[in-house]
Amino acid sequence: MLANFDYARATSVTDAIEQCRADGAVFHAGGTDLLGCLMDGVFTVRKVVALSRLNELRGIEQSADGGLRIGALATLAEIAKSPLVRERWIALAEAAESAASPQLRNQGTLGGNLCQRPRCWYFRGDFDCLRRGGTFCSAMADGNQYHCIFGGYGCYMVHPSDTAPALVALGASVRIVSNNGSRLLPLESFFVLPRQDIRRETVLRPGEILTEVLVPPIPEGLRSTYRKVRSRGSWDFALAGAAVAIQRSGSRVEYSRIVLSGVAPTPWRSTAAEEAIQGEVLNTGTIVSAAEASVSGARPLSRNGYKVDLVRGLVAEALRAFALQ
Amino acid sequence: MTSERKNGTGSKSGVSRRDFIGRVGSGTVGAALGGAAIKPQATSASQSDSLPQMTLVVNGRSERLSVEPRWTLLDVLRDRLGLMGTKLGCGRGECGACTVLIDGLPRYACMTLALETEGHQVTTVVGLMDGEELGPVQRAFVEEDAFQCGYCTPGQVVAAEGLLRENPHPNESEVRAGMSGNLCRCGAYKHIMNAVRRAADTGR
Repeated sequence: MLANFDYARATSVTDAIEQCRADGAVFHAGGTDLLGCLMDGVFTVRKVVALSRLNELRGIEQSADGGLRIGALATLAEIAKSPLVRERWIALAEAAESAASPQLRNQGTLGGNLCQRPRCWYFRGDFDCLRRGGTFCSAMADGNQYHCIFGGYGCYMVHPSDTAPALVALGASVRIVSNNGSRLLPLESFFVLPRQDIRRETVLRPGEILTEVLVPPIPEGLRSTYRKVRSRGSWDFALAGAAVAIQRSGSRVEYSRIVLSGVAPTPWRSTAAEEAIQGEVLNTGTIVSAAEASVSGARPLSRNGYKVDLVRGLVAEALRAFALQ
Repeated sequence: MTSERKNGTGSKSGVSRRDFIGRVGSGTVGAALGGAAIKPQATSASQSDSLPQMTLVVNGRSERLSVEPRWTLLDVLRDRLGLMGTKLGCGRGECGACTVLIDGLPRYACMTLALETEGHQVTTVVGLMDGEELGPVQRAFVEEDAFQCGYCTPGQVVAAEGLLRENPHPNESEVRAGMSGNLCRCGAYKHIMNAVRRAADTGR
């Protein structure tokens, strides 16, 4: 049985921010990661501020500019099943559908999925973890099969979200609201690398809340997809994943975004791979080039070298699928 | 509340094991056995005598309850309402044994705070009965011999019900996907798949 906590239902976004000012107060969106963290003893809370009554944070709709607006409380299932999302922002629908299990997708929210804590077993377990305020990182030495091959620095976590790389590939922004007003931030800037700050994964500060995600309109001819490699067909987080968005002019690539999951502490944009296909026709040669470029600079740890092959394969497969269309 | 054991001797005090364990949780075992009552530990966060009140609607019935904020829906279903059909498996959203429907959607009761269900409709496996008869999904599971130990079965049945409410005629891969949040340690998956297909075919 968990230690007890107080519970309050926010009546508005302003009220939610106010209620969460107290020490040890946290937001409850879907609650899947919150309860998991409490059960694992990652942190304790004195007060849970439930957002469930805030209908203004729900919904998936087209915005005036033809883009997509998704409320932070939209569930992964709602996103995966939305005809609007499925029709155009396909990588996002595929990413949402690939997460967790049907029951968890009915509960988990987009906001929670972006803000979820790491799955690293040292972070979640009874270890002296740097990220949790401890003194060292056990993953550096061993037990690092599920840790990063890019972006590690003192901490070697991987970001667990599937929707994050898909949204980065689609150019999304997030709205962050505080008592000082609201700001829009490119999703790419929302996440924090260990090198910048080892104690947090997002730029959210106390007193701030993520309210919605905005995705720009899809240009004509832009295709996207999200591919995920994992041990089981359900529940598992990505061993590696790739969100790819491609727009061609004739047969040449005019624009691309290649964003990796499961291999870095944040969604990892592979600019080298994007450059390798920019202006090129997608054929065996350029695809192999891009796949190789996507793993250049990879720094595997003692047990996760297999991720390099996974990334190479994922990028090649995704590009090949587009080439055949 | 006493109950006789089915076979052989009833217990001396007239209290079954299930009653005893149930009463320990509610602090009334003292009353049943004439000893000192055991009270749950109060924590600083809940020192007020009044616990949050909520209305929980389960299987069409409305219940007014005092709940601790930390209690999950599973805690309340089993320990407060005696609805034992819903099972505790992993207790962390990784097995599906506790699957219930909330507003018709499959959810894990162990991962849902009870207070969060106020204003929503909860359906457990017991709520899928057709009066005193098994409902169509339950019948399909029996007819296809879709369980061995039976422990995961309520969760499987409710997940199947949720799947078929949303998609009455799922294809093979849709059934697999829809049931992918439920584990079966006995390995009855093949028969479970058949049961879901049968329930779909007979127009559940």
